[in-house]
Amino acid sequence: MKLRIVVTLKPGVLDPQGRAIHKALGGLGFGGVNDVRAGKLFELDVADDTSDAAIDEMCRKLLANTVIENYRVERG
Amino acid sequence: MRTAVIVFPGSNCDRDMAVALEAVTGAKPAMVWHGETMLPDGTALIALPGGFSYGDYLRCGAIAARSAIIPAIVAAAEAGVPVLGVCNGFQVLTEIGLLPGALMRNEGLDFVCRDVALTVDNAQSTFTSRYAAGERIIVPVAHHDGNYTADADTLDRIEGEGRVAFRYAESVNGSARQIAGVLNASGNVLGMMPHPERRIEAAHGGDDGRRLFEGLLETVGA
Repeated sequence: MKLRIVVTLKPGVLDPQGRAIHKALGGLGFGGVNDVRAGKLFELDVADDTSDAAIDEMCRKLLANTVIENYRVERG
Repeated sequence: MRTAVIVFPGSNCDRDMAVALEAVTGAKPAMVWHGETMLPDGTALIALPGGFSYGDYLRCGAIAARSAIIPAIVAAAEAGVPVLGVCNGFQVLTEIGLLPGALMRNEGLDFVCRDVALTVDNAQSTFTSRYAAGERIIVPVAHHDGNYTADADTLDRIEGEGRVAFRYAESVNGSARQIAGVLNASGNVLGMMPHPERRIEAAHGGDDGRRLFEGLLETVGA
């Protein structure tokens, strides 16, 4: 089973990297970009019988730091 | 005093920490590899050193925080053994959850490597008893991810409980409320981005860091 786990910074957490990317886009002449937030994408190949609870635990225990990050799991 | 320095793949301040501990306590610390599951009997201080454990993969300190030795460190911390995390060690302590908040990329995105001025916010702790409250000290920093972040309620709580040990005298990395070092609720775990172990003798340009180790020796006992 293929999973895509998307980790994003929580709203309100300052994102220095996103801000630098935003500035660089402006420098390339792209107008109208209101905001940029950087995140992470993990592609996992797990056994088909892996439980939702186990996947959630993987996210909470390692893939995301829930102090500053949210995550969502996409299947297929 | 029996001390232990935890060594992760990619630690690079473990030997500096060992030199500082030996200089102050008179005894060589045990160098404990991350794959061990037990600390030496009678360990009275645990130090998590600076460096780039696991190449800072995933998040700084994230993989080291899931090492085999961590449950033994958590158990010792809960039993009251002082735990000092410096730089990457601070990042590891937040990733374990022994300290609140997280350390993000520096606000200016620069790696900052220089001496900085700190003010001592809490001079009553196990770690800071040799300083005066409000005293200004000079200690070096060397980090890319030292931008301390926590939600406003957490920041209010740790400030209200006197758990900010050190603050930057001026902004260094964008840290919330210029926090440079944080204590846990019981006061026996300290994480700080500046490196006291790199400021223990005149040849280092000063010895403001040495008093942290001397204070520990005094409060923990020989």
